[in-house]
Amino acid sequence: MSAPTAWTVESVRRALTAKQISARELTDEFFRRIGERNPELNAYLALCPERAYAQADRIDRQVARGASLPLLAGVPVAIKDVISTAGIVTTCGSRILQNYIPPYDATAVTRLEQAGAILLGKTNCDEFAMGSSNENSAYGPVRNPIAPDRVPGGSSGGSAAAVAAGLAVIALGTDTGGSIRQPGALCGIPALMPTYGRVSRYGLIAFASSLDRIGPFGRTVADVAAALTVLAGEDANDSTCARTPVPDYTAELHKPVQGMRLGIPKEYFGAGMDPAVRQRVEQAIQQLAQLGCTIEHISLPHTDYAIATYYLVATAEASSNLARYDGVRFGFRAPAASLAEMYRRTRGQGFGQEVKRRIMLGTYALSAGYYEAYYLRAQKVRSLIARDFAEAFRQVDLIVTPTSPVPAFRLGERTSDPLQMYLADIYTVTGSLAGLPGISVPCGTTPEGLPVGLQILGPHFEEARVLRLAHAFERASGFSS
Amino acid sequence: MSRAAEETRLPASVLSQYEAVIGLEVHAQLKTQTKIFCACSTRFGDPPNQNTCPVCLGLPGTLPVLNRRALELALRAALALHCTVHERARFARKNYFYPDLPKGYQISMYELPLATGGWLEIEHDGTTKRIGITRLHLEEDAGKSLHEGFPDSDRYTYLDFNRCGVPLIEIVSEPDLRSPAEAYAYLTALKQVLEYTEVSDCNMEEGSLRCDANVSVRRRGASRFGTKTEVKNLNSFRYLQRALEYEIERQIAVLESGGQIEQETRLWNLAAARTEPMRSKEFAHDYRYFPEPDLLPVRVPAALQAEILAAMPELPAARRQRFQRDYGLSAYDASVLTDTRARADYFEAVVRAGAAPKAASSWIQTELLRRLNDAGDDIQNSPVAPEALAELIALVEAGTITAASGKKVFAQMFETGKRAAAIVAAEGLSQINDVAELERLCREVIAQHPENAAKYRAGNEGVFKFFVGQVMRATRGQANPQLVNEILQRLLRQE
Ligand SMILES: [Zn+2]
Repeated sequence: MSAPTAWTVESVRRALTAKQISARELTDEFFRRIGERNPELNAYLALCPERAYAQADRIDRQVARGASLPLLAGVPVAIKDVISTAGIVTTCGSRILQNYIPPYDATAVTRLEQAGAILLGKTNCDEFAMGSSNENSAYGPVRNPIAPDRVPGGSSGGSAAAVAAGLAVIALGTDTGGSIRQPGALCGIPALMPTYGRVSRYGLIAFASSLDRIGPFGRTVADVAAALTVLAGEDANDSTCARTPVPDYTAELHKPVQGMRLGIPKEYFGAGMDPAVRQRVEQAIQQLAQLGCTIEHISLPHTDYAIATYYLVATAEASSNLARYDGVRFGFRAPAASLAEMYRRTRGQGFGQEVKRRIMLGTYALSAGYYEAYYLRAQKVRSLIARDFAEAFRQVDLIVTPTSPVPAFRLGERTSDPLQMYLADIYTVTGSLAGLPGISVPCGTTPEGLPVGLQILGPHFEEARVLRLAHAFERASGFSS
Repeated sequence: MSRAAEETRLPASVLSQYEAVIGLEVHAQLKTQTKIFCACSTRFGDPPNQNTCPVCLGLPGTLPVLNRRALELALRAALALHCTVHERARFARKNYFYPDLPKGYQISMYELPLATGGWLEIEHDGTTKRIGITRLHLEEDAGKSLHEGFPDSDRYTYLDFNRCGVPLIEIVSEPDLRSPAEAYAYLTALKQVLEYTEVSDCNMEEGSLRCDANVSVRRRGASRFGTKTEVKNLNSFRYLQRALEYEIERQIAVLESGGQIEQETRLWNLAAARTEPMRSKEFAHDYRYFPEPDLLPVRVPAALQAEILAAMPELPAARRQRFQRDYGLSAYDASVLTDTRARADYFEAVVRAGAAPKAASSWIQTELLRRLNDAGDDIQNSPVAPEALAELIALVEAGTITAASGKKVFAQMFETGKRAAAIVAAEGLSQINDVAELERLCREVIAQHPENAAKYRAGNEGVFKFFVGQVMRATRGQANPQLVNEILQRLLRQE
């Protein structure tokens, strides 16, 4: 058997087909690893062995029959706990959903399982995906497998840590302002946020509906591409999901990158950036030039307004999306004598600090008398940011930036200063606001050995192009884990 | 009327100095099989929470998907009300907390409604008046809180989400109505249009038609509107008028005593027969509307509008006019026969089956509607099919049976569902047209009553009816009355 953490989609398929291992044995292996590492990492909040073994046995029967195996046959996957799974408690990292068991599967979950993936369990995250360090989980922080005294990033910290630690081959995360790409960078693995509308949101428990996206973490860009091929495509349950045809992203990986024009926006290399991160990213850009890409320096002039815009749009939507947690129909309910008191206590005790802060911010931004000045203006700036990108993509094929201004920070280091925490998203929120696809790929480590991520942003529905460059870079740089 | 209401009674001389200004907000449930954003049934009366799913229960992670049929029906209503339909409408979220509102917001249209600027004609006091329609938009209904009827209702409120997500249109009128009677006429006309176009069942008992009113008063001749109140819960035609009357008098009384009208929402309290202010806490809402990010903007291409317009059924006003023009009916008859689409369809089916329009009109109004009304049934469920009624009318018109027999036959048709010819044959009701036979009978009757015959000849024409009655009795009503008249006159004069 291969080294403990080296499974990929392709190696699982080869091992199953060659009958070197059964899906059941592979599942055993992953649950054993989880048993070993999870107490320390706290990446998983819940495991679903029954469902996993049932699927493993299904795959083993297919192998025995000699049937052709689906794309993700036998691949152990983890699902961020903001994604609905029938019969498996889904908490969103919140106390308010501590006992909530959804009666239905998210479309993304259904598609993974239909493609043969084995669902191992649900991963920890910042409460309702609000955070950049995974420290806002009601169920304790996740530790970074590379440096356990540090955060894995957030909000999809559990998914990133699970893949980085070899506790899953693929994991689903969600990205609203950077929640896939940033933990991918901090944990040193490829992490893709698809175009808004590329992957169905049905079953993704909303934080900010116009920004939320489901995307995969993998050990390799090829694994991320395979996962996207399975996840992408229209869904009758999500009318905001696009009907744009889905290419075979794996087949697209091998096309040449020579001659690609890459834009380097000057606004992404300003103050507040860790020098080691800068160095790694600049080196990576040089490597891309060596691959035959043209490097062009560009400007995205509205970048400075992105954080403010993002926190107005996202919190406004969140204030409405989180209204349904009222103790009436499901989840946590605080006992009370009157309806108003039940609402107050349930939400007061059920939500954590950061969630309450954002609900209040968003409520304020939508209130009569403030709506125009905040929400509406933020929407206008959002259009300007999107226009910046649209204009840039007339000159360049892809845009390359750092994913995060800093590598993984120490647990507790930033919790006291929410604004400082919000700045962790400074390079990722723009792509979120503009609805673009973006990937973070590892581009080396700091002198302390902490991973640094390179962000590649592409035009709408050009995931294939984004993945192709990421794949070429991964092979050339040798930074793949 | 209760004492509370009596107390607001003002002399007519005071009332007449004021004019009411009323606008109505009507919610009508669209006649779709399924809910507006999920595939659950809209059926009324099912056990609580039977017609629910993760989407309409607002479970985390679910998303709405617009029911295309709901959009089409809303467009049909908008076009029937002569509105301008906008090519791009957008759903918004109306945020407020209430246990029967599972998502904590209602998906409705706000800044960009489906349609604006329409009108509806009402007939009142013999005149026609055009009432403006401000806007028409689509939205979802909420669930229902059940505060009573359970053993522990003193401690718990139960929730039924069957209605949650049922598609509604909201139709907002301009403040063009000047009296409760006009408001009544408007609601009647609106209901008629929605029923004709099969947009809604408009069943107030089942809550598929609901009405709120904006009411203000001003001195006659004043050009500015007074401060308005919103009166909610006017969910029956009967209460609409009473509640408006009450509210108008209340406002006038406040003004007359030197007070000011407070802009507020009031609830019609049926039991107390008065409007009452809703507790301000319940209503101090900032709904924080914003565009619904889970749904794409609603596109209404011109082609879709044209398609819906082309398939538009004939509207009540047009049908009324056509009935007068094509069938020579009076305005009154046309109005009665077009009251509902089903009634008008029935009438036209009778005519199509060969009956003369006036005879059909008369039979429907005097016999059928009366019996249906007594039976508490609708014309759709009439036990007498239009073709069957046409056959009966033909038998009468051809003189096969008398009009009097016809009514008896109709009664049997209504009771048994049998066809007229079968009843006539079984009961031997065919009219006697045999002149020789009738003359024999007439002679007999005259011979039996020589004193009355003498009276007639002496100039007392009143006794003529007596002889007719005797002949009809002898023939159990089957004698051809016209022949009997002729024969009796001839015989009585002869002798
Ligand atoms: Zn439903």
